[in-house]
Formats: sequence, structure tokens, C-alpha cells
Amino acid sequence: MDPSYALSFKLNGRQVKQEVSPRTSLADMLRNQMGLTATHIGCEQGACGACNVVVDGKTVRSCLIFAIQMEGAEIETSQGFEGDPLMATLRENFANRNALQCGFCTGGMLLAARDLIKTTPKPNREEIREHISGNFCRCTGYEAIVDAIWKTAHEALDLEGEK
Amino acid sequence: MKPHLFQYIRAESTQAAIALLEEFGEDAQILAGGQSLVPTMALRMANPETLIDISAIAELQTIELSDGVLTIGAGCRYVDVLNSDLVAKSAPLLCQAIPYIAHDAIRNRGTIGGSLALADPASELPACMLALDAVIIVESKDGQRKIPAGDFFQGTYFTDLAENELLVAIEMPEIASNQIHKFYEISRRSGDYAISGGAFVLTHEDGCIADARLAYFAVSDCAVLATKAGEALVGNSLSSEIIETVSDIAAGEIEFFADLYNGEAMKKQLTKVLTRRMLTKIHDGMN
Amino acid sequence: MSGPYENTERHTQFVGQDKPRRNAVRHAHGRGKFVDDIVLANMAHIAFFRSPYAHAEIISIDVEEARNLLGVVDVFTAADITDICTPWVGKLDHFPGLRSPEQLPLANGRARWNGEPVVAVVAETRAIAEDALELIDVEWQELPAIVGIDNSRSADGPLVHPEYDSNVAFVMELTAGDSKDAFANADVIVEDTLELGRQTGLTLEPRSIIADFDPSLRKLTAYHSTQTPYQMQDIFTRHFNLSEENVRVISPDVGGSFGMKLHVYGEEMAAVAASIRIGRPVKFIADRMESFLSDIHLREHKVHARMALTKDGDILAMQVDDATGIGPFSVYPRTSAMEGNQALRLMGAPYKMPHYDGKLTVLFQNKAPTCQYRAVGHPIGVTTTEHLVDLAAKKLNMDPFEIRRRNVTTQDMYPLKTAGGYILERLSHEECLDKLEKLMDYQALRAEQAELRERGIYRGIGIGAFIEITNPGPAFYGVGGARISSQDGCFMKLEPSGKIRIAVSVTEQGQGTETVMAQVAATYLGVDIDHVDVITGDTERTPYGGATWASRGAGIGGSTVMIAALALKENLLEIAAVILQGDASKFDIVDGEIIDIATKRSVISLSELGRIAYFRPDTLPADYHPQLSVTRHYVPQGTPFDFTNGVQASYLEVDVETGIVKLLDHWVVEDCGIILNRQLVDEQIRGGVVHGLGGILFEECLYSPEGQLMSATMADYLAPLANEMPDIHIAHCETPTNMTPLGAKGVGEAGTAAAGAVVLNAVNDALHPLDATLRTTPLTPERILTALGKI
Repeated sequence: MDPSYALSFKLNGRQVKQEVSPRTSLADMLRNQMGLTATHIGCEQGACGACNVVVDGKTVRSCLIFAIQMEGAEIETSQGFEGDPLMATLRENFANRNALQCGFCTGGMLLAARDLIKTTPKPNREEIREHISGNFCRCTGYEAIVDAIWKTAHEALDLEGEK
Repeated sequence: MKPHLFQYIRAESTQAAIALLEEFGEDAQILAGGQSLVPTMALRMANPETLIDISAIAELQTIELSDGVLTIGAGCRYVDVLNSDLVAKSAPLLCQAIPYIAHDAIRNRGTIGGSLALADPASELPACMLALDAVIIVESKDGQRKIPAGDFFQGTYFTDLAENELLVAIEMPEIASNQIHKFYEISRRSGDYAISGGAFVLTHEDGCIADARLAYFAVSDCAVLATKAGEALVGNSLSSEIIETVSDIAAGEIEFFADLYNGEAMKKQLTKVLTRRMLTKIHDGMN
Repeated sequence: MSGPYENTERHTQFVGQDKPRRNAVRHAHGRGKFVDDIVLANMAHIAFFRSPYAHAEIISIDVEEARNLLGVVDVFTAADITDICTPWVGKLDHFPGLRSPEQLPLANGRARWNGEPVVAVVAETRAIAEDALELIDVEWQELPAIVGIDNSRSADGPLVHPEYDSNVAFVMELTAGDSKDAFANADVIVEDTLELGRQTGLTLEPRSIIADFDPSLRKLTAYHSTQTPYQMQDIFTRHFNLSEENVRVISPDVGGSFGMKLHVYGEEMAAVAASIRIGRPVKFIADRMESFLSDIHLREHKVHARMALTKDGDILAMQVDDATGIGPFSVYPRTSAMEGNQALRLMGAPYKMPHYDGKLTVLFQNKAPTCQYRAVGHPIGVTTTEHLVDLAAKKLNMDPFEIRRRNVTTQDMYPLKTAGGYILERLSHEECLDKLEKLMDYQALRAEQAELRERGIYRGIGIGAFIEITNPGPAFYGVGGARISSQDGCFMKLEPSGKIRIAVSVTEQGQGTETVMAQVAATYLGVDIDHVDVITGDTERTPYGGATWASRGAGIGGSTVMIAALALKENLLEIAAVILQGDASKFDIVDGEIIDIATKRSVISLSELGRIAYFRPDTLPADYHPQLSVTRHYVPQGTPFDFTNGVQASYLEVDVETGIVKLLDHWVVEDCGIILNRQLVDEQIRGGVVHGLGGILFEECLYSPEGQLMSATMADYLAPLANEMPDIHIAHCETPTNMTPLGAKGVGEAGTAAAGAVVLNAVNDALHPLDATLRTTPLTPERILTALGKI
């Protein structure tokens, strides 16, 4: 059986401890040990984006990082962002625009969208399409996702406190 | 798709990492950004017994310019290089190239050193190193070796890096005022491996090309410099005739390797088109 | 349609309301629950040793070392579970002559495709199970692999199944009129051979199951990412010798399915066998490589087709010879003959084509099995037909719109039977073509195309008409002998608070099934849609039915909910009449209130009615028993299917030096009858279009000549990403069907049906001045440059 090692890090704003096997990916730890199941595993190869999480302020693939590397890190998952108005608006617009069907890509897609609006506050459709091209969606054909992100970025959202 | 069990060691310094490499020898592998290694381990195609994690070593993550030489630590992530004003000013080729590497989330984690040490023939950075005439700095308990990029990349996933050596930095000359950096690749989807890609560094004097380093990737067994094509440019201005000739020479001198979707003829055709388009863009930019 | 609902007024009260799907809100907040999110106590994990060869005899299997690894719970081969699981065969009676050998969950004696599961390992973790796989030693005798279609068809080549005399699984021939005579007298004949590449489903959530067998009661609970829990309940019951009431299949959130999650797979059956063997829950989550290797593939066809026309451009006849490679087995229980069957029947289907000869040959190969997937057969039929129509238009120097207008079936012809044998109730081809021409501003695009061509820019416009098979009735699987229900059921109750809860047998995989069912219930009951809760995907909590596939959810499921709502409404009005000592026929329900029709005033709210009926029935007359819930079942009537129709167009640019295609625009005009929810319909179409675009430009399961799958990661199998996809413009016509009380048809296949065809036509239109024609898909840059003679 696998050995396990103690680990301490910040997760969605709270300091936590975990014991992990060296071979456990960050995605597997979040899902299987911490119940954060909105971080989905679609390929374990870094290709699909469903497992995106934010580590130390940067969006990364949690399937391509070993959990044991996370000592001292700050991790946010798509289930975090409590009180984040941008994430709240994205969620609302994704649901209203039907920018998700099965919902499996959604957590990763929301993080990609949030990243884009943080760095490019008023992206055009091409920039949105380019930016979310690291996230695979099999259901929507992407247009509704582009619409929802565009609307979030361009319409009546006061993000000044956010920036 | 779960990797073998391995021993994980986080190295706190370059010296510690080198000592660990010495201690564990061929059973150990360096974990930098992990964006290629981790999926390969998940497929159990790479099965190191020990992983030496160098991602926390701050001294490998510096970017410095001194005496006209830009030094980038091997542990710098793509995103750090992309966002570095110093790199933008002194080696714009890299800032042109990095947006083509996979996608955002990968660029936020993958490292320069990791890409170079892996030497994937489809990877953008080895070609940039060739074009920039960069030097790869590797270190072992016996000290540092400085290896010209042209000698470092030796084949598919094959470099001059010895088992006990750590890739620590790359050095490249700062761009001169009469130099042009140009990067471009043709791929089917954004972020995909290219069908053909080019990294060019051109030096011009009095409207003529004085030196041309035309490097290509995703076309052969490793990144390759089209030296004959480069020589053919020297002494010429970028007329459409010379561009056509040079494109033909480049397509003629490279030994093309097929990939899953594109045969050698395809690689050759696209290399020719790519060369022409890049040189034309450079010409348009000069005027 | 005849029957009790003939005169029911069609309401679309909640159509167009911009209310988000409740499950979309849930997913956006990370509150989805997929099979892999479920953890059961004492759960073990299963992994599979797979055949490294496309075709090989298993000489021996040594699992001792694997069995002894710490953390391994069980290791078994096919031979170890023959007493637990009975074999299956993918045959149906309405495909006479279809043959396929018996299958077990694991390869038995011989492996027939690269990736076929051979040995199962159950362990405490998936990682340990994978460790154990490396300790398994199988001795193989490699056999020649049958890979290509021609390879399989060759008369003296090696056989996939030595017990058969050839690699032919099934042959079907269709004839209408006299095509020989039509070709003999035709002014113009066009013909070509198309080779369509094999694709795979690539749902983002992979195939998943937790099989939880309780040996004390011999009760199986399966948490299963399937579209069709009732079918799986039946299959688990029969093949594991269980009692049907002891088998419960729960489909929680399903992360995409598209037909891929309809079929019986060895791995899921092995997981059930494992749970029965060890008496613990066993989880199988396919990893991405396993998905590529063992999910069903689709649409590998080689079609030789000819079309005969008059000099005026009237289509007289088609002759089609379609060969398709299905891998080593016809997939259970729906068979792998269905795709070819539908492809063959859809040839020429939008057009007045009196004469037709079609032949289908279904071939065994040593590749992953193929089976039904979104728009089953449509892309093959539509691509072939529309390619020939465009070839004919070019030859006749006719505009693509003109030739199609001339040939589409018209309003005066319905109902009609197509050359392929389908009965069409009423379609709207002419209206769709007119709408499309305006929507895309066709003439302006042609002008732009011509102008750019002068400057060496090659843009193309492609158009294609289609019909779409939806709402399959009992004549589909029932007559073939499959235990796949064509009826659906709905249970509906009034909660004491006046809210409505319904449980329905159609299922949700992201299409919006639950929302549409709530809309229908709300509309026909007269309550707010927010006051309707919908339960799906649990054989223990919902009536038995067919579930969701083949675009049957809205049309058939919706009709089921509609009649249940009408029945419950009748009951509620009667209860109100009893309470108020009034006349039920004078009452109606509006916004959750019983109103007096004459005064339009509320006489009692549903919440008050609920309070009295549930908690104070003592205030009601003696021996009065209010019926506060109903169950209704609905059987589709009339023709075997309800057909929809539509037309699509693509505008694109081909880089003739690199072979890269840039999609600029895409249009769809389609007619799915009554539209229940415009946004959901449009997004079904868009998603479907992108499946088609993926298939025509990117997606291909590449096998080596030895039968090794080479595109088995998401880096190597190219699927559509956002950057390469265009915005998709959609318009509708609405021709209701009279086959269902609701008037709605399906829409899930429409986008996929013709998207590839119009891109092929657009690429060939772009390259026409260069005298190049593409006929092999996907349209890779290499294939385009080869056609252009550049490489």
C-alpha cells in the first residue's frame, strides 16, 4: 500500500492538512480526499481543462500536479470564490445563457473565463474563443459559453473593487 | 491512468538537486513544471523511482540581463518569461513563441528548462534557442558546462544533458538594434503541435541580410537550423525572388520526419510556405 | 393522430420564458453529482488488462503475481465468470441475417481489437489495480489483423471470426422504382466514392459505473452513467440471473452521452460481475485512454454512389453501395447494423427521387466496435447525397439553391414515402430553403466569394438539405425483439403545499429534459414552472420507459408528461368541485389557483386544496377519496418515426498553400415542429453542428496497418475547440406533428446531420476553380493539399 505524507496548504481560503501518497495528483486529492468533486477529471493528460484550479494565483491543471507538491500553496477550486462578484456573475450568466449542458466542463471553463476577464476586462469574441481553447466542451459547441463570458465582461458589472 | 509509486523529494537549492541526482542516478528524474512528465508518468511510459522536485528553487527562477547577455533560469515558467519586460526587450522571439505553446493553464506551470531538457521535436523552445544562438548551462557536482544549443539538441527526446547534470539556465545574446526576431507556426488548432514552425533571427546591414539563423521545429527529429537557407540570405535584400529561393533551399535541406497526421511531403510543403510567409512578413515590417 | 387528445388545444405558455435550467444553475455552482463523485463505504476499484494486439490468440494467462499484490481484492478472466454472467449477442430480428458471435465481459480465448479487456483486477485503489495489471503475464499468438474496409471485404483475406465464411456481418438491399432504367435514360450522371473516417464519442465524463451488489438479498444497485437505466436494469437482470425488482439502476448527472452511453460494454458488465464475486461496491471509471480504446466508435464508411438526373436538373435516381466497418462484434443490444441501415435509407431522402437501389455491407474488423451515435447514419446519407447534388449542379451549371429547390419534396406531396422507405408526415423544405437564402444573404456572399477569388483567396459556400429521424416508436426496437421500451411513463403528484412533483422515464444528460418536462407539466396543469420538480434517472423512483435517445425525449417524454398533467388536472378540478360543491367543468387552473372560468376569479388555491385533501379529508363527503397523484403512460402512435427537416450552409476559406480550412460562418434553418424551449433547441442544434464540424475537419480514430489505435489521447485525437468553431446562426420553421399530442418532434440529431456535408461542399466549392475535389474525411490539410496536387 502507498505511504502517505502530511501536507499543509490553504484551500478556498482555509488552512488545511492532508495526508497524501506521492503519486496522488492534486485533482485526485481534491476529489477523493476532500470531496471537492466539481474539479472534474476528463483526461489526466492536461488536455481537457475540466480539472483547472488556481494555485498561488495562477490557473493550472490539477491533473498535472502531484498533491505532495502543494506544501504551503494557496489553492482555489471552482467551488471556492465565495463572495467573488465576478465568479457569481459568471455562474449566473452561464446558467441563464445555457452555456453548459452536461456540466462536466463547467468548473474549468468558469476558471478560464474568470482569468480572461481579470487580464482582459473587455475581451472580444475572438479573444474569448482563443482563451477558452484550452478547455474542451463536447456539448455546447462553445457559442453559448462565448456569449456568457462576453455578457459578463461587457454588461453592467462593477468589477472595480475586484481589480 | 495512475503513475507508479515513487519517492518524492523537494530540492531546496540547486546544489541539493545536483546532490540528489548524484545519489539516485538513473532512477531519478527532475520534476520541473511537470506538464510533459506527469502525463507520461500517468501513462506509465515514464516510471522514475525518485522525483526530484526543483519547482521551489528560487535561484533557478531568475531573469537577468548583463553585458548584453540575457540569462533565464531553467525554473522560470513560460508565463514568467512571457510577462518579463526584460525578455520582451532583449529576446522578443521568446515572447512571440510562448503564446503558441499549448494553453494558458499549461503555460502557467511549464518551465523553460523542462521544455529544453525534454527536447520534444515539436516543441517551440529548442528552435528558439537555435535561432538565438543560445547557450544551455548545465551543472553537476563537477561544475558547470555551457553547451551551445546547436550541440545540445541531438534527436527526439535526446540531448547532451548527462544523467547527473541539471539544466540550470540559458544564456542568449541581447537582440541588437539591427536584428529582427520572428516566430510563427502553422497548426490545425490553436495550441496544437505545429505541422511546421519557424523561429528566425535576422541581422541586417544597409538593407541587406548580414546573418540569418532560420530554425525550425515539428518538422524533423529535433529542432533544426537551416544553415544553407540562412547562408543564401546573406548579402541579399528580402526581394520576393530571394524569399522564394531561400524557402526552397530550406525545404530542400531539412530531413523531414512525418507525424501522426502529416507525411514528409506535407512537412516540406508547409515549411516552404512558412518560410516564405515569415520572410515576407519580415520584409513588410522592415519597409 | 386520433384518440382522446385529438382536440386538446396546444399550449406553449412557458415557451420563450428565459428561465435557466435548474440543473444548469446547480452545475454552475459546482453542485453536480456524477458517478465518480459518489463514494460508497467499502468500495473497490476495477481496472483492466487490455489486448496489446488487434488480433491474437490467448495461449495462457498468469495472474498469480497480480493476485498476490497487497491491496488486490480479486483478479478474474472470462473463464472465471461464465457461471455469473451469460453471454450476449448483438442481433435483432428486423435485421435478418445479421450475425455476430457471443460476447462475454472479457475476451474469451481470442482478443479481437487493440484495447479489448482481457483480465479484470479489483483493488483497494485504482492505482493499485493498475500496479497489478503490470504483473499479469499473457502469452499471445498474434494473428493477422483485419483493419481497412477493403481489407475486410477481400474474399481471400484473413477472417475476424474463423467460424464464419467471410467478414460480412450483414447485407441489406433497398429498391424503389427502376434505377437501372432511370440511369439508362438519364441526361446527366454523377458518381463518386467517399471514404468517411472513423470517429469516437469523447464525452467529457468518461463511462462510469459503481456496481453495488448486496449478496444477502441478491440486490444490485448500479450508479451508472447511462442514458438508458431501464434497458440496463433489464440487461443486468437477465445476464446476471437476478430478479428484476432487485435491480436498481440510478443515473445521476451524466456528463455527455450522445448515444455512446446506450450500449453494453464489457467493462461495466465486469464491474457488476466483480461486485457479485466480492460482495462489495466496485467502481469503474474509464480513463481517457480506455475511452479511446473501448468506447464505441462510429461512421467508418466507404460509399460508392451515383446519381442520375435530367438535363433540367431533376433527380431521377441514386445507386449506392455503402460498406461500413464495425469492428469485431455487432454491439449489444441495439446492433451495429442500425447506422448503415439509416445511412442507406436517408440517401436522397429530401428529394423527389423516384428510383433507388441501395446496398449496405456491414463488415467485421479488428478495431473497436462501432455503434449508434448522435445522428445515427445521417451524416453518411446526407454527405453522400449532398456531395452528388453539388457535383450535378456544377455539371449542369446550376446554382446549389436552384437545384435543391427544384428537387425537394413539396407541400402537395405529403404524406409520402421516400425511396429509402421512410414515411414523411409533413416537412417544410421549400420554406427552409427560402429562409436560409435570406438569412445568409446568399447573393452577397457569392459576390464576395467572386471578388476574393480574383485576389487569390479561395472561399467556398456549401449548402445541404436533410431530414432527421426523431421520436422512434414501437416499430423501431420492439419489433426487432429488443427489450427496449418505446413507451414512457410519468408519475405526477400534488404536494400538500400545492406544488407539483413529477417522476418521468425520460432522462437528462444536459439537453434540458427536466426543464422541458417541467414546462410541459406547468403549462398543462396551469402552475408556475418553478413549482414543478422533476425526478429522472432512477429505475426505483420513476415509471418504466425508454429514456432519452434518438431524439425522443421532448416528443415522447413531453407527450407523456402532458397527458399525466391533464389527468391530474382533471382530478384536481374534481376535488375542487367537491370541496366547493360546484361543477368541475366550470373550473380551470391558472397560476396555481382554481378559478371560476366565468368570472376568472380564484375560488381556491392549490395549496388550500392540498391542505384540505391531505390533512382535512374529514371535511369532505363520506367515502370520497381524492386522487392526488396520477401515473400515465404514452405509446407513440402512427408511423415508426416523426421526421424533421432542415437545411444548413457553411462559408469558409481554404488556405490553398497549407490546406488549413477556416470556418467563417454556419447557418441552420430547421423545423422540429412545436418548439418547447427555443434556447434549448438552439443549443441542441449548435452542439450538434459542432459534432459534425469535428467529424468533417478534425476527428479520426487512426489505426496502424497492424490495428494499433494511434490517436488514443486528446492531444492526438483532434476534437473541436472554441477557437476553430464559428458562430452558428439559427432560424426555424414550425410544422407540428400530429403524431404526438404535444406536436413536438426531436432536434438532437439535426445539427450533426448535415454540418459535415455542407463543409465538404463548401471546401469543394472553394477548390472548384483549381479542379480539386475532396472525397475523404476528415478534410485534413494533408488531404486537401494532396487533392490540390501540391504534395
